[in-house]
Amino acid sequence: MSSATANAPMEPRAYHLPEEPHLHEGHSTMLGFWMYLMSDCLIFAILFATYAVLGGSYAGGPGPKDLFDLNLIALNTAMLLFSSITYGFAMLAMEKNRVSATQGWLFVTLLFGGAFLFIELYEFSHLIHEGAGPTRSAFLSAFFTLVGTHGLHVTFGSIWLVTLMVQVAKKGLIPANKRRLMCLSMFWHFLDVIWIGVFTFVYLMGVLR
Amino acid sequence: MTGTLTTTQMIFGRLTWDSFPWHEPIVVATFCAVVLGGAAVVGALTYFRLWGYLWKEWFTSVDHKKIGIMYMVLGLIMFLRGFADAIMMRLQQAWAFNGSEGYLNAHHYDQVFTAHGVIMIFFVAMPFITGLMNYIVPLQIGARDVSFPFLNNFSFWMTTGGAVLVMASLFLGEFAQTGWLAYPPLSGIDYSPATGVDYYIWALQVAGVGTTLSGINLIATIVKMRAPGMSLMKMPVFTWTSLCANILIVASFPILTATLVLLSLDRYVGTNFFTNDFGGNPMMYVNLIWIWGHPEVYILILPLFGVFSEVVSTFCSKRLFGYTSMVYATCCIMVLSYLVWLHHFFTMGSGASVNSFFGITTMIISIPTGAKLFNWLFTMYRGRIRFELPMMWAVAFMLTFTVGGMTGVLLAVPPADFVLHNSLFLIAHFHNVIIGGVLFGLFAAINYWWPKAFGFRLNQFWGKVSFWCWNIGFWLAFGPLYVLGLMGVTRRMRVFDDPSLQIWFVVAAIGAAIIAAGIGAMLVQFAWSIWKRKELAVEGDPWDGRTLEWATSSPPPEYNFAFTPVVYDADSWADMKKNGYERPLTGFKAIHMPSSTGTGVILAALSTLCGFALIWYIWWLAGLSFIGIVAVAIVHTFNYKRDFYIPVEEVTRTEEERTRILAAGV
Repeated sequence: MSSATANAPMEPRAYHLPEEPHLHEGHSTMLGFWMYLMSDCLIFAILFATYAVLGGSYAGGPGPKDLFDLNLIALNTAMLLFSSITYGFAMLAMEKNRVSATQGWLFVTLLFGGAFLFIELYEFSHLIHEGAGPTRSAFLSAFFTLVGTHGLHVTFGSIWLVTLMVQVAKKGLIPANKRRLMCLSMFWHFLDVIWIGVFTFVYLMGVLR
Repeated sequence: MTGTLTTTQMIFGRLTWDSFPWHEPIVVATFCAVVLGGAAVVGALTYFRLWGYLWKEWFTSVDHKKIGIMYMVLGLIMFLRGFADAIMMRLQQAWAFNGSEGYLNAHHYDQVFTAHGVIMIFFVAMPFITGLMNYIVPLQIGARDVSFPFLNNFSFWMTTGGAVLVMASLFLGEFAQTGWLAYPPLSGIDYSPATGVDYYIWALQVAGVGTTLSGINLIATIVKMRAPGMSLMKMPVFTWTSLCANILIVASFPILTATLVLLSLDRYVGTNFFTNDFGGNPMMYVNLIWIWGHPEVYILILPLFGVFSEVVSTFCSKRLFGYTSMVYATCCIMVLSYLVWLHHFFTMGSGASVNSFFGITTMIISIPTGAKLFNWLFTMYRGRIRFELPMMWAVAFMLTFTVGGMTGVLLAVPPADFVLHNSLFLIAHFHNVIIGGVLFGLFAAINYWWPKAFGFRLNQFWGKVSFWCWNIGFWLAFGPLYVLGLMGVTRRMRVFDDPSLQIWFVVAAIGAAIIAAGIGAMLVQFAWSIWKRKELAVEGDPWDGRTLEWATSSPPPEYNFAFTPVVYDADSWADMKKNGYERPLTGFKAIHMPSSTGTGVILAALSTLCGFALIWYIWWLAGLSFIGIVAVAIVHTFNYKRDFYIPVEEVTRTEEERTRILAAGV
């Protein structure tokens, strides 16, 4: 192609921009955060795969049917799904620049997230008391690690949520804070998606097994 | 961990006076040398009052160029350590015949070969390629910095933190004796109760955070910050291969992280992922670690394929042959690298169908790689080749790497692999591709871009000495290993019974000594060139380069380009030169830049401390440093002012200085 155009008269080309192009602040943040989420998704993929391999290795110990209380898990799932909805409401309020409504919905989200963690901790301590702790069998190791990793994510998400509420209180809904709320929003919904996987593959299919 | 804890154990965990290897004279001597050397460096820095300068201008800098150089320095230091391990092994294996035990006991020797592998991959090759990409990619795409400058600094210090942990294991406790991938059950708590595997785990976890984040950072940079006009198919090939390598990083390092978490849970909590009993499955670890491990080798080689493309087209003064096919070949390799991991353990016994599948996918990878080689050859064909040092390394690569590639295809045949698995043939093969590909590529890159980074060329004479020592030394060191491997000698052996094998190991040791001379010549080359830098000084574009990084001064100013360039061609600088581009002399504007921060250093130091505490079971310190990490990270987010403007006057002054130099040069 170069030989065809080489001899043609060339328009004088501008080889630089006269003005500094303004890349707005945080121009790459959403893309970067999305990639982080995908890398985190891979961590969960490995934990799911591990559970798939080891999920039937009870080592003579209890299996899912003996351990899982679906009513409790249904309640727990409801808490997390509600928290996702209320985070959505917070984002709608943020779009309308309503600071107190945003803060209010964020607080409700925090309460639902806290309830989820509380129920999960109750479930874990109950299992450990029954002698079905993570060291009992490969199945339980995989179970506690997968579910616990998700729980750890929710814990850090909650710490982050509190941090952002303080920052919104201090600075208001400035663009930087809106961007951060967007990131946490993606994170929070991502955890919801992961939990749907956990609920389906670990709990529902576990009880069917 | 059980029973009652004394106060000392509460405070120091399992760290005691006996943790220092008093009984190992080699280690004690090394320790003394390191302490003396370290004290000399610290003393010199203090005497010349350089701490403030280093902290302000380098450690806390978010400038991608300085971070890139710091990565290269880290890689070089760790390379010397990793090579010391290599030469110790060569000496031991040449020595331990006819009833002799050699000079290394099994406990020490096993740590040496593990440390050699871990250091060379994670703390030599990775920092080198990350440093290279950091330095070059933003310049090649006409950007002022990377997308997330703070994260870039943080990533570098996390990598350094991992390296610090590996180095600490030399003098406090021990390193893993498991081989560089730490297969369980050997790496489990039952068989490796000491600190070795814990050092391994936490060094890699701390460094792995840095690697993953820098991968995300560079992808975002390439996707979002290219100069106007630079569509994807107008990106320089090095940027393309960097993009693919970073996608591989982001898509594979989380797997390593997760796998090591599972291993550490087995060791710390007593779970049963990879144990022999309670339903654990050690082979799952081997699968998981290679699902990361195979993409990893392509992470290492892809950026160097980019380097060779740049070097070959520059020194043949020609557009690269088959740019498009080069890009597609790179992307093919990127995808295929995920479909071959099982060829590392055909002997696991997955059955004929599974082994065939992975054997065939492995062989298929040689097709895009072969296409690349032909592209380089066709670029050279009828090119006006200038045999400068980078080009010499590129030609040496083509010859060496091709042999390594062909032995790789041999190993990809499952029945052959049953004979050659874990033999010295395998060792020779992967050193053939990693030294012949990655290291030769790095030497090409260092010789090629050194003038860019520092404004003066490297000395040619010592460069050539290094080149020939490396090439001759390489074949002497690894040729015998191919032969030994075919004769059935397995890897990681400390003593030998069959005296007829000794001659091959002696030849290999001589080869390693010649390589050592090559490394020495390279260090002399650096020192000599720095000493004579006035005579070797160059303008912005010493090689008649073709891509955008040569469009600015050498070394580039902090802001890279006074004006953001506009791109019309893949070889954009060649295009600019051809069309009579003139450097702008007036009309400069203030330039928006990110500001330096010490947070990255602090966070990485706390993470390293946390890792150290976990290795030694110092629980209070681990908890405290972890809370510290979270607290510092949160406090950092309260700082909203992270940028500044370089004033017009300063930009004008810098550019006028360059105008003067250019005028004086003509």
